[in-house]
Amino acid sequence: MSKIIEINSLTYHYPLEGGGVIKALDNLSLKIAEGEYLALIGPNGSGKSTLARHLNALLLPSEGEILVEGLLTSREEYRWEIRRHVGMVFQNPDNQIVATTVEEDVAFGLENLAVPPEIIRRRVAEALEMVGLTSFSHHAPHLLSGGQKQRLAIAGIFAMQPRCLVLDEPTAMLDPRGRREVLETLKRLNRTEGITVVHITHFMEETLEADRIVVMDKGRLVHEGQPTDIFGGDIDLESLGLEMPAIPRVVKILRAGGLEIPAGVLDVNQLVNFLC
Amino acid sequence: MSMQSITLGHYIPGNSLLHQLDPRVKLISLFILIVALFLIKTFNGFFFYIFFIGALFISSRLPWKYFFRGLKPVLFIVLFTLILHFLFTKGGEVYWRLGALTVEEMGVFMGTFMTLRLILLVVTTLLITLTTSPVAFADGIEHLLRPLRPLGVPGYEIAMMMTIALRFIPTLMEESDKIRKAQMARGADFETGNIFRRARNMIPLLVPLFVSAFRRADDLAVAMEARCYRGGEQRTKMRELKAHFLDYVGIFTVSGICLAIFFTGI
Repeated sequence: MSKIIEINSLTYHYPLEGGGVIKALDNLSLKIAEGEYLALIGPNGSGKSTLARHLNALLLPSEGEILVEGLLTSREEYRWEIRRHVGMVFQNPDNQIVATTVEEDVAFGLENLAVPPEIIRRRVAEALEMVGLTSFSHHAPHLLSGGQKQRLAIAGIFAMQPRCLVLDEPTAMLDPRGRREVLETLKRLNRTEGITVVHITHFMEETLEADRIVVMDKGRLVHEGQPTDIFGGDIDLESLGLEMPAIPRVVKILRAGGLEIPAGVLDVNQLVNFLC
Repeated sequence: MSMQSITLGHYIPGNSLLHQLDPRVKLISLFILIVALFLIKTFNGFFFYIFFIGALFISSRLPWKYFFRGLKPVLFIVLFTLILHFLFTKGGEVYWRLGALTVEEMGVFMGTFMTLRLILLVVTTLLITLTTSPVAFADGIEHLLRPLRPLGVPGYEIAMMMTIALRFIPTLMEESDKIRKAQMARGADFETGNIFRRARNMIPLLVPLFVSAFRRADDLAVAMEARCYRGGEQRTKMRELKAHFLDYVGIFTVSGICLAIFFTGI
Protein backbone atom coordinates (compact mmCIF):
# COMPACT_ATOMS: atom_id res chain seq x y z
CA MET A 1 0.00 0.00 0.00
CA SER A 2 1.29 3.45 -0.82
CA LYS A 3 2.30 5.81 1.93
CA ILE A 4 0.31 9.00 2.37
CA ILE A 5 2.43 10.44 5.17
CA GLU A 6 6.05 9.75 5.91
CA ILE A 7 7.73 11.07 9.04
CA ASN A 8 11.50 10.75 9.12
CA SER A 9 13.37 11.25 12.42
CA LEU A 10 11.23 14.20 13.46
CA THR A 11 12.39 16.28 16.42
CA TYR A 12 10.56 19.34 17.65
CA HIS A 13 11.64 21.85 20.27
CA TYR A 14 9.17 24.14 21.96
CA PRO A 15 10.80 27.44 22.73
CA LEU A 16 10.38 28.46 26.35
CA GLU A 17 9.87 31.99 27.57
CA GLY A 18 13.18 33.47 28.63
CA GLY A 19 15.31 31.14 26.52
CA GLY A 20 15.70 27.39 26.61
CA VAL A 21 13.67 24.74 24.84
CA ILE A 22 11.56 21.70 25.61
CA LYS A 23 11.92 18.68 23.42
CA ALA A 24 8.34 17.75 22.57
CA LEU A 25 9.13 15.21 19.88
CA ASP A 26 12.28 13.16 19.87
CA ASN A 27 13.61 11.52 16.72
CA LEU A 28 10.26 10.06 15.74
CA SER A 29 9.71 8.10 12.53
CA LEU A 30 6.37 6.81 11.30
CA LYS A 31 4.77 5.89 8.02
CA ILE A 32 1.03 6.15 7.49
CA ALA A 33 -0.51 4.12 4.69
CA GLU A 34 -3.21 5.36 2.34
CA GLY A 35 -6.66 4.33 3.63
CA GLU A 36 -5.41 3.28 7.03
CA TYR A 37 -7.23 3.88 10.34
CA LEU A 38 -4.47 4.77 12.74
CA ALA A 39 -5.08 5.35 16.45
CA LEU A 40 -2.58 7.38 18.40
CA ILE A 41 -2.51 7.01 22.18
CA GLY A 42 -0.22 8.11 24.96
CA PRO A 43 -0.28 9.90 28.32
CA ASN A 44 -0.76 13.68 28.60
CA GLY A 45 2.26 15.57 27.43
CA SER A 46 3.57 12.70 25.33
CA GLY A 47 3.55 14.86 22.21
CA LYS A 48 0.45 13.51 20.43
CA SER A 49 -1.03 16.91 19.67
CA THR A 50 2.33 18.31 18.66
CA LEU A 51 2.76 15.44 16.24
CA ALA A 52 -0.75 16.00 14.87
CA ARG A 53 -0.03 19.64 14.15
CA HIS A 54 3.02 18.64 12.16
CA LEU A 55 0.90 16.61 9.78
CA ASN A 56 -0.61 19.63 8.08
CA ALA A 57 2.19 22.13 8.51
CA LEU A 58 0.69 24.02 11.44
CA LEU A 59 4.03 23.28 13.09
CA LEU A 60 7.29 22.71 11.25
CA PRO A 61 10.00 20.24 12.33
CA SER A 62 13.03 21.49 14.21
CA GLU A 63 14.93 18.54 12.78
CA GLY A 64 13.94 15.76 10.41
CA GLU A 65 11.23 15.96 7.77
CA ILE A 66 7.63 15.10 6.98
CA LEU A 67 6.36 14.20 3.55
CA VAL A 68 2.65 14.41 2.79
CA GLU A 69 2.02 12.67 -0.51
CA GLY A 70 5.64 13.32 -1.29
CA LEU A 71 5.44 17.05 -0.47
CA LEU A 72 7.73 18.45 2.19
CA THR A 73 5.74 20.28 4.88
CA SER A 74 8.62 22.65 5.51
CA ARG A 75 8.32 24.12 2.02
CA GLU A 76 6.15 27.22 2.05
CA GLU A 77 4.86 26.69 -1.50
CA TYR A 78 3.29 23.32 -0.60
CA ARG A 79 1.60 24.51 2.59
CA TRP A 80 -1.91 25.08 1.23
CA GLU A 81 -1.82 21.98 -0.94
CA ILE A 82 -0.91 19.97 2.16
CA ARG A 83 -3.63 21.56 4.29
CA ARG A 84 -6.17 20.75 1.61
CA HIS A 85 -5.14 17.09 1.64
CA VAL A 86 -4.81 16.71 5.40
CA GLY A 87 -7.81 18.06 7.28
CA MET A 88 -7.89 18.54 11.01
CA VAL A 89 -10.56 18.31 13.71
CA PHE A 90 -9.78 19.66 17.16
CA GLN A 91 -10.86 18.84 20.68
CA ASN A 92 -13.15 21.77 21.52
CA PRO A 93 -16.20 21.60 19.29
CA ASP A 94 -17.12 25.26 19.83
CA ASN A 95 -13.80 26.79 18.97
CA GLN A 96 -13.58 25.51 15.41
CA ILE A 97 -16.92 26.63 14.05
CA VAL A 98 -16.62 29.91 12.20
CA ALA A 99 -19.97 30.72 10.62
CA THR A 100 -23.40 31.50 11.97
CA THR A 101 -25.26 28.67 10.24
CA VAL A 102 -24.40 25.00 9.77
CA GLU A 103 -24.23 25.10 5.98
CA GLU A 104 -22.19 28.32 5.90
CA ASP A 105 -19.68 26.69 8.20
CA VAL A 106 -19.30 23.65 5.99
CA ALA A 107 -18.78 26.04 3.08
CA PHE A 108 -16.02 27.96 4.87
CA GLY A 109 -13.12 25.77 3.75
CA LEU A 110 -14.41 25.60 0.19
CA GLU A 111 -14.77 29.38 0.07
CA ASN A 112 -11.16 29.66 1.16
CA LEU A 113 -10.16 27.39 -1.73
CA ALA A 114 -12.03 29.69 -4.13
CA VAL A 115 -14.36 26.92 -5.33
CA PRO A 116 -17.20 28.26 -7.57
CA PRO A 117 -20.52 28.81 -5.71
CA GLU A 118 -22.54 26.09 -7.54
CA ILE A 119 -19.96 23.46 -6.68
CA ILE A 120 -19.78 24.67 -3.07
CA ARG A 121 -23.53 24.21 -2.69
CA ARG A 122 -23.36 20.68 -4.07
CA ARG A 123 -20.44 19.61 -1.91
CA VAL A 124 -21.93 21.17 1.22
CA ALA A 125 -25.12 19.17 0.66
CA GLU A 126 -23.10 15.98 0.17
CA ALA A 127 -20.98 16.58 3.26
CA LEU A 128 -24.03 17.27 5.45
CA GLU A 129 -25.64 14.10 4.12
CA MET A 130 -22.49 12.15 4.93
CA VAL A 131 -22.46 13.18 8.61
CA GLY A 132 -26.27 13.10 8.92
CA LEU A 133 -26.87 16.80 9.57
CA THR A 134 -28.89 17.63 6.46
CA SER A 135 -31.97 18.58 8.45
CA PHE A 136 -29.92 21.07 10.48
CA SER A 137 -28.42 22.97 7.57
CA HIS A 138 -29.99 26.32 8.53
CA HIS A 139 -29.52 25.97 12.27
CA ALA A 140 -27.25 28.16 14.34
CA PRO A 141 -24.25 26.08 15.47
CA HIS A 142 -24.63 26.95 19.16
CA LEU A 143 -27.95 25.11 19.21
CA LEU A 144 -26.32 21.79 18.25
CA SER A 145 -25.21 19.14 20.72
CA GLY A 146 -21.52 18.43 21.25
CA GLY A 147 -21.60 15.35 19.03
CA GLN A 148 -23.41 17.26 16.30
CA LYS A 149 -20.87 20.08 16.49
CA GLN A 150 -18.00 17.63 16.03
CA ARG A 151 -19.80 16.02 13.09
CA LEU A 152 -20.25 19.51 11.66
CA ALA A 153 -16.50 20.06 12.00
CA ILE A 154 -15.90 16.76 10.22
CA ALA A 155 -18.32 17.76 7.45
CA GLY A 156 -16.44 21.04 7.00
CA ILE A 157 -13.26 19.08 6.36
CA PHE A 158 -14.91 16.32 4.33
CA ALA A 159 -16.36 18.90 1.93
CA MET A 160 -12.80 19.92 1.03
CA GLN A 161 -12.23 16.36 -0.22
CA PRO A 162 -9.13 15.59 1.82
CA ARG A 163 -7.10 12.39 1.56
CA CYS A 164 -6.42 12.22 5.25
CA LEU A 165 -8.25 13.35 8.38
CA VAL A 166 -6.37 14.04 11.62
CA LEU A 167 -8.48 14.24 14.78
CA ASP A 168 -6.99 15.54 17.98
CA GLU A 169 -9.06 14.04 20.81
CA PRO A 170 -12.34 14.79 19.04
CA THR A 171 -14.43 12.98 21.64
CA ALA A 172 -12.78 14.28 24.82
CA MET A 173 -15.52 16.83 25.53
CA LEU A 174 -18.48 14.72 24.44
CA ASP A 175 -21.03 12.59 26.25
CA PRO A 176 -21.19 8.85 25.42
CA ARG A 177 -23.86 9.35 22.80
CA GLY A 178 -21.93 12.14 21.05
CA ARG A 179 -18.83 9.97 21.16
CA ARG A 180 -20.64 7.10 19.48
CA GLU A 181 -21.98 9.39 16.75
CA VAL A 182 -18.53 10.72 16.00
CA LEU A 183 -16.93 7.25 15.97
CA GLU A 184 -19.54 5.92 13.59
CA THR A 185 -19.00 8.87 11.28
CA LEU A 186 -15.26 8.29 11.33
CA LYS A 187 -15.64 4.61 10.56
CA ARG A 188 -17.90 5.40 7.62
CA LEU A 189 -15.48 8.00 6.35
CA ASN A 190 -12.67 5.50 6.47
CA ARG A 191 -14.46 2.41 5.13
CA THR A 192 -16.74 3.85 2.45
CA GLU A 193 -14.86 6.98 1.37
CA GLY A 194 -11.39 5.52 1.76
CA ILE A 195 -10.09 8.51 3.70
CA THR A 196 -7.06 7.88 5.87
CA VAL A 197 -7.86 8.59 9.53
CA VAL A 198 -5.37 9.49 12.25
CA HIS A 199 -7.30 9.44 15.51
CA ILE A 200 -5.72 10.70 18.70
CA THR A 201 -7.59 9.66 21.80
CA HIS A 202 -7.60 9.07 25.54
CA PHE A 203 -10.29 6.45 25.32
CA MET A 204 -8.74 3.03 24.77
CA GLU A 205 -12.10 1.54 23.73
CA GLU A 206 -12.09 3.80 20.69
CA THR A 207 -8.91 2.23 19.36
CA LEU A 208 -10.12 -1.37 19.26
CA GLU A 209 -11.29 -1.20 15.67
CA ALA A 210 -8.28 0.69 14.36
CA ASP A 211 -6.02 -0.95 11.78
CA ARG A 212 -2.99 0.02 13.81
CA ILE A 213 -2.26 1.61 17.16
CA VAL A 214 0.74 3.78 17.88
CA VAL A 215 1.70 4.43 21.50
CA MET A 216 3.72 7.52 22.33
CA ASP A 217 5.56 8.52 25.48
CA LYS A 218 7.82 11.51 26.14
CA GLY A 219 7.93 12.51 22.48
CA ARG A 220 8.92 9.04 21.31
CA LEU A 221 7.11 6.24 19.62
CA VAL A 222 7.24 3.41 22.14
CA HIS A 223 4.90 0.74 20.77
CA GLU A 224 3.24 0.07 17.48
CA GLY A 225 0.98 -2.72 16.30
CA GLN A 226 -2.52 -4.04 15.76
CA PRO A 227 -5.00 -3.80 18.64
CA THR A 228 -4.46 -7.49 19.40
CA ASP A 229 -0.71 -6.85 19.82
CA ILE A 230 -1.07 -3.71 21.90
CA PHE A 231 -3.77 -5.08 24.19
CA GLY A 232 -2.59 -8.69 24.11
CA GLY A 233 -1.20 -8.43 27.61
CA ASP A 234 2.51 -8.36 26.82
CA ILE A 235 2.79 -4.60 26.84
CA ASP A 236 2.71 -2.80 30.15
CA LEU A 237 0.39 0.11 29.40
CA GLU A 238 -0.25 0.89 33.06
CA SER A 239 3.31 2.06 33.55
CA LEU A 240 2.64 4.69 30.86
CA GLY A 241 -0.45 5.85 32.76
CA LEU A 242 -2.77 4.27 30.21
CA GLU A 243 -5.62 2.00 31.05
CA MET A 244 -6.38 -1.24 29.23
CA PRO A 245 -9.84 -1.43 27.65
CA ALA A 246 -12.34 -3.43 29.72
CA ILE A 247 -12.35 -6.74 27.86
CA PRO A 248 -8.57 -7.12 27.41
CA ARG A 249 -8.29 -6.29 31.11
CA VAL A 250 -10.72 -9.06 32.01
CA VAL A 251 -8.85 -11.43 29.71
CA LYS A 252 -5.59 -10.56 31.44
CA ILE A 253 -7.06 -11.24 34.86
CA LEU A 254 -8.54 -14.55 33.71
CA ARG A 255 -5.20 -15.57 32.27
CA ALA A 256 -3.46 -14.70 35.50
CA GLY A 257 -5.96 -16.97 37.19
CA GLY A 258 -4.82 -19.84 34.99
CA LEU A 259 -7.41 -19.78 32.20
CA GLU A 260 -6.00 -20.38 28.71
CA ILE A 261 -7.43 -17.65 26.43
CA PRO A 262 -6.12 -17.38 22.87
CA ALA A 263 -4.74 -14.08 21.58
CA GLY A 264 -7.07 -11.79 19.69
CA VAL A 265 -9.98 -11.67 22.12
CA LEU A 266 -10.85 -7.95 22.26
CA ASP A 267 -14.60 -7.54 22.51
CA VAL A 268 -17.47 -8.91 24.52
CA ASN A 269 -18.78 -11.24 21.80
CA GLN A 270 -15.42 -12.90 21.27
CA LEU A 271 -14.99 -13.41 24.99
CA VAL A 272 -18.52 -14.78 25.41
CA ASN A 273 -17.98 -17.16 22.49
CA PHE A 274 -14.83 -18.44 24.02
CA LEU A 275 -16.12 -18.81 27.56
CA CYS A 276 -19.53 -20.34 26.85
CA MET B 1 -31.94 34.88 31.23
CA SER B 2 -32.62 32.08 28.83
CA MET B 3 -30.06 31.74 26.08
CA GLN B 4 -32.53 31.16 23.30
CA SER B 5 -34.36 34.40 23.98
CA ILE B 6 -31.45 36.62 22.97
CA THR B 7 -32.15 38.41 19.73
CA LEU B 8 -29.09 39.52 17.84
CA GLY B 9 -29.23 43.13 16.76
CA HIS B 10 -32.93 43.75 16.46
CA TYR B 11 -33.69 41.45 13.57
CA ILE B 12 -37.31 40.26 13.36
CA PRO B 13 -37.53 37.44 10.77
CA GLY B 14 -40.23 37.71 8.16
CA ASN B 15 -40.81 37.64 4.42
CA SER B 16 -42.18 41.06 3.58
CA LEU B 17 -40.92 43.20 0.71
CA LEU B 18 -38.39 44.90 2.97
CA HIS B 19 -37.14 41.57 4.28
CA GLN B 20 -36.53 40.32 0.77
CA LEU B 21 -34.60 43.29 -0.54
CA ASP B 22 -30.88 42.94 -1.12
CA PRO B 23 -28.92 44.17 1.95
CA ARG B 24 -26.80 46.42 -0.27
CA VAL B 25 -29.92 48.12 -1.55
CA LYS B 26 -31.17 48.59 1.98
CA LEU B 27 -27.89 50.07 3.19
CA ILE B 28 -27.68 52.50 0.28
CA SER B 29 -31.36 53.41 0.66
CA LEU B 30 -30.83 54.08 4.34
CA PHE B 31 -28.03 56.46 3.46
CA ILE B 32 -30.11 58.25 0.81
CA LEU B 33 -33.09 58.53 3.15
CA ILE B 34 -30.95 60.06 5.87
CA VAL B 35 -29.63 62.62 3.38
CA ALA B 36 -33.22 63.32 2.32
CA LEU B 37 -34.20 63.89 5.95
CA PHE B 38 -31.61 66.60 6.25
CA LEU B 39 -32.73 68.23 3.02
CA ILE B 40 -36.33 68.61 4.15
CA LYS B 41 -37.13 72.25 4.89
CA THR B 42 -40.88 72.29 5.54
CA PHE B 43 -43.45 70.34 7.47
CA ASN B 44 -45.01 69.37 4.16
CA GLY B 45 -41.77 67.59 3.40
CA PHE B 46 -42.06 65.65 6.62
CA PHE B 47 -45.63 64.63 5.84
CA PHE B 48 -44.50 63.33 2.50
CA TYR B 49 -41.64 61.43 4.17
CA ILE B 50 -43.82 60.02 6.96
CA PHE B 51 -46.32 58.83 4.37
CA PHE B 52 -43.57 56.89 2.55
CA ILE B 53 -42.00 55.41 5.69
CA GLY B 54 -45.43 54.60 7.11
CA ALA B 55 -46.38 52.68 3.99
CA LEU B 56 -43.14 50.68 4.22
CA PHE B 57 -43.71 50.04 7.89
CA ILE B 58 -47.23 48.71 7.36
CA SER B 59 -46.06 46.50 4.49
CA SER B 60 -43.27 45.09 6.66
CA ARG B 61 -45.84 43.86 9.23
CA LEU B 62 -43.53 44.62 12.14
CA PRO B 63 -45.13 44.84 15.57
CA TRP B 64 -45.49 48.45 16.82
CA LYS B 65 -43.88 47.75 20.13
CA TYR B 66 -40.45 47.32 18.53
CA PHE B 67 -40.51 50.93 17.38
CA PHE B 68 -41.37 52.28 20.77
CA ARG B 69 -38.75 50.07 22.30
CA GLY B 70 -36.19 51.32 19.77
CA LEU B 71 -37.10 54.94 20.44
CA LYS B 72 -36.71 54.67 24.19
CA PRO B 73 -32.92 55.08 24.31
CA VAL B 74 -33.08 58.35 22.32
CA LEU B 75 -36.03 59.78 24.21
CA PHE B 76 -33.78 61.84 26.46
CA ILE B 77 -31.91 63.46 23.57
CA VAL B 78 -35.18 64.21 21.79
CA LEU B 79 -36.68 65.90 24.83
CA PHE B 80 -33.46 67.77 25.50
CA THR B 81 -33.40 69.14 21.94
CA LEU B 82 -37.04 70.14 22.20
CA ILE B 83 -36.59 72.05 25.46
CA LEU B 84 -33.38 73.76 24.34
CA HIS B 85 -35.00 75.05 21.19
CA PHE B 86 -38.17 76.14 22.97
CA LEU B 87 -36.24 78.19 25.49
CA PHE B 88 -33.27 79.52 23.57
CA THR B 89 -34.18 79.91 19.92
CA LYS B 90 -35.55 83.42 19.56
CA GLY B 91 -37.50 85.23 16.88
CA GLY B 92 -41.09 85.93 15.86
CA GLU B 93 -44.09 86.25 18.09
CA VAL B 94 -43.67 85.68 21.84
CA TYR B 95 -46.01 82.90 22.96
CA TRP B 96 -45.19 82.66 26.62
CA ARG B 97 -43.14 84.62 29.16
CA LEU B 98 -41.89 83.96 32.70
CA GLY B 99 -39.39 86.50 33.98
CA ALA B 100 -36.42 86.36 31.66
CA LEU B 101 -37.56 83.12 30.01
CA THR B 102 -39.54 83.37 26.80
CA VAL B 103 -40.87 80.82 24.36
CA GLU B 104 -41.02 82.37 20.90
CA GLU B 105 -42.37 81.38 17.49
CA MET B 106 -39.04 80.36 15.96
CA GLY B 107 -38.20 78.27 19.00
CA VAL B 108 -41.42 76.29 18.77
CA PHE B 109 -40.94 75.81 15.05
CA MET B 110 -37.30 74.72 15.24
CA GLY B 111 -37.92 72.53 18.30
CA THR B 112 -40.72 70.59 16.66
CA PHE B 113 -38.82 70.41 13.43
CA MET B 114 -35.62 69.03 14.95
CA THR B 115 -37.49 66.60 17.17
CA LEU B 116 -39.40 65.27 14.21
CA ARG B 117 -36.18 64.91 12.25
CA LEU B 118 -34.47 62.97 15.06
CA ILE B 119 -37.41 60.65 15.57
CA LEU B 120 -37.68 59.95 11.85
CA LEU B 121 -33.94 59.29 11.70
CA VAL B 122 -34.26 56.61 14.37
CA VAL B 123 -37.43 55.16 12.88
CA THR B 124 -35.88 54.87 9.41
CA THR B 125 -32.81 53.15 10.80
CA LEU B 126 -34.99 50.80 12.86
CA LEU B 127 -37.05 49.92 9.81
CA ILE B 128 -33.90 48.74 8.05
CA THR B 129 -32.22 46.99 10.99
CA LEU B 130 -35.41 45.21 12.05
CA THR B 131 -35.81 43.67 8.61
CA THR B 132 -32.17 42.76 7.84
CA SER B 133 -30.44 39.76 9.42
CA PRO B 134 -27.02 40.56 10.88
CA VAL B 135 -25.37 38.12 8.49
CA ALA B 136 -26.97 39.81 5.49
CA PHE B 137 -25.77 43.10 6.92
CA ALA B 138 -22.19 41.84 7.10
CA ASP B 139 -22.47 40.60 3.51
CA GLY B 140 -23.86 43.92 2.34
CA ILE B 141 -21.13 45.91 4.05
CA GLU B 142 -18.47 43.67 2.57
CA HIS B 143 -19.82 44.25 -0.94
CA LEU B 144 -20.20 47.98 -0.52
CA LEU B 145 -16.65 48.32 0.78
CA ARG B 146 -15.18 46.37 -2.14
CA PRO B 147 -14.49 49.44 -4.30
CA LEU B 148 -12.53 50.95 -1.40
CA ARG B 149 -10.18 47.96 -1.26
CA PRO B 150 -7.38 49.72 -3.20
CA LEU B 151 -7.51 52.50 -0.60
CA GLY B 152 -6.72 49.94 2.09
CA VAL B 153 -10.24 49.49 3.54
CA PRO B 154 -10.34 45.83 4.66
CA GLY B 155 -13.95 45.02 3.72
CA TYR B 156 -13.60 41.22 3.82
CA GLU B 157 -11.89 41.32 7.16
CA ILE B 158 -14.55 43.59 8.64
CA ALA B 159 -17.27 41.25 7.40
CA MET B 160 -15.38 38.20 8.73
CA MET B 161 -14.99 39.88 12.10
CA MET B 162 -18.70 40.67 12.22
CA THR B 163 -19.60 37.08 11.35
CA ILE B 164 -17.28 35.62 13.97
CA ALA B 165 -18.57 38.06 16.58
CA LEU B 166 -22.13 37.00 15.76
CA ARG B 167 -21.14 33.35 15.89
CA PHE B 168 -19.54 33.69 19.33
CA ILE B 169 -21.98 36.02 21.09
CA PRO B 170 -24.30 33.16 22.12
CA THR B 171 -21.33 30.96 23.09
CA LEU B 172 -19.85 33.67 25.30
CA MET B 173 -23.28 34.47 26.78
CA GLU B 174 -23.65 30.84 27.79
CA GLU B 175 -20.18 30.90 29.23
CA SER B 176 -20.72 34.08 31.24
CA ASP B 177 -23.86 32.53 32.65
CA LYS B 178 -21.84 29.48 33.70
CA ILE B 179 -19.08 31.58 35.29
CA ARG B 180 -21.67 33.71 37.07
CA LYS B 181 -23.23 30.68 38.64
CA ALA B 182 -19.84 29.22 39.55
CA GLN B 183 -18.81 32.47 41.25
CA MET B 184 -22.15 32.78 43.02
CA ALA B 185 -21.67 29.26 44.34
CA ARG B 186 -18.40 30.54 45.82
CA GLY B 187 -20.16 33.44 47.49
CA ALA B 188 -19.78 36.20 44.90
CA ASP B 189 -22.45 38.86 45.08
CA PHE B 190 -23.67 40.42 41.84
CA GLU B 191 -26.94 41.88 43.03
CA THR B 192 -26.48 44.25 45.96
CA GLY B 193 -24.67 47.52 46.55
CA ASN B 194 -24.48 50.78 44.63
CA ILE B 195 -23.37 51.04 41.04
CA PHE B 196 -19.63 51.28 41.82
CA ARG B 197 -19.70 48.35 44.17
CA ARG B 198 -21.59 46.30 41.62
CA ALA B 199 -19.14 47.23 38.89
CA ARG B 200 -16.28 46.08 41.08
CA ASN B 201 -18.09 42.86 41.89
CA MET B 202 -18.18 42.09 38.18
CA ILE B 203 -14.41 41.57 38.09
CA PRO B 204 -14.55 37.88 39.09
CA LEU B 205 -16.90 37.39 36.16
CA LEU B 206 -15.07 39.44 33.56
CA VAL B 207 -11.55 38.15 34.14
CA PRO B 208 -12.31 34.46 33.50
CA LEU B 209 -14.56 35.44 30.60
CA PHE B 210 -11.77 37.41 28.94
CA VAL B 211 -9.18 34.70 29.51
CA SER B 212 -11.47 32.14 27.95
CA ALA B 213 -12.34 34.43 25.04
CA PHE B 214 -8.65 34.81 24.22
CA ARG B 215 -8.14 31.07 24.39
CA ARG B 216 -11.07 30.56 22.05
CA ALA B 217 -9.70 33.16 19.67
CA ASP B 218 -6.40 31.32 19.60
CA ASP B 219 -8.04 27.95 18.93
CA LEU B 220 -10.24 29.45 16.26
CA ALA B 221 -7.29 31.04 14.48
CA VAL B 222 -5.53 27.65 14.29
CA ALA B 223 -8.72 25.93 13.11
CA MET B 224 -9.23 28.57 10.41
CA GLU B 225 -5.67 28.23 9.22
CA ALA B 226 -6.04 24.46 9.12
CA ARG B 227 -9.02 25.03 6.82
CA CYS B 228 -6.87 27.05 4.43
CA TYR B 229 -8.02 30.53 5.48
CA ARG B 230 -5.51 33.10 4.30
CA GLY B 231 -7.33 36.39 4.24
CA GLY B 232 -10.17 37.49 2.03
CA GLU B 233 -8.33 38.11 -1.21
CA GLN B 234 -9.34 35.23 -3.42
CA ARG B 235 -12.21 33.70 -1.50
CA THR B 236 -15.50 32.82 -3.16
CA LYS B 237 -18.92 32.85 -1.52
CA MET B 238 -21.47 30.07 -1.32
CA ARG B 239 -24.25 32.65 -1.62
CA GLU B 240 -23.44 35.53 -3.91
CA LEU B 241 -25.64 38.58 -3.48
CA LYS B 242 -27.75 39.17 -6.56
CA ALA B 243 -29.88 42.26 -7.12
CA HIS B 244 -33.32 41.50 -8.57
CA PHE B 245 -35.90 43.65 -10.33
CA LEU B 246 -37.46 44.80 -7.05
CA ASP B 247 -34.07 45.89 -5.74
CA TYR B 248 -33.65 48.25 -8.69
CA VAL B 249 -37.20 49.54 -8.22
CA GLY B 250 -36.38 50.18 -4.56
CA ILE B 251 -33.21 52.12 -5.20
CA PHE B 252 -34.91 54.23 -7.94
CA THR B 253 -37.87 55.05 -5.71
CA VAL B 254 -35.69 56.14 -2.83
CA SER B 255 -33.39 58.21 -5.06
CA GLY B 256 -36.46 59.75 -6.69
CA ILE B 257 -37.84 60.79 -3.32
CA CYS B 258 -34.55 62.35 -2.32
CA LEU B 259 -34.28 64.29 -5.59
CA ALA B 260 -37.89 65.42 -5.37
CA ILE B 261 -37.30 66.80 -1.90
CA PHE B 262 -34.17 68.57 -3.06
CA PHE B 263 -35.66 70.20 -6.16
CA THR B 264 -39.11 71.11 -4.91
CA GLY B 265 -37.61 72.57 -1.75
CA ILE B 266 -40.30 71.18 0.51
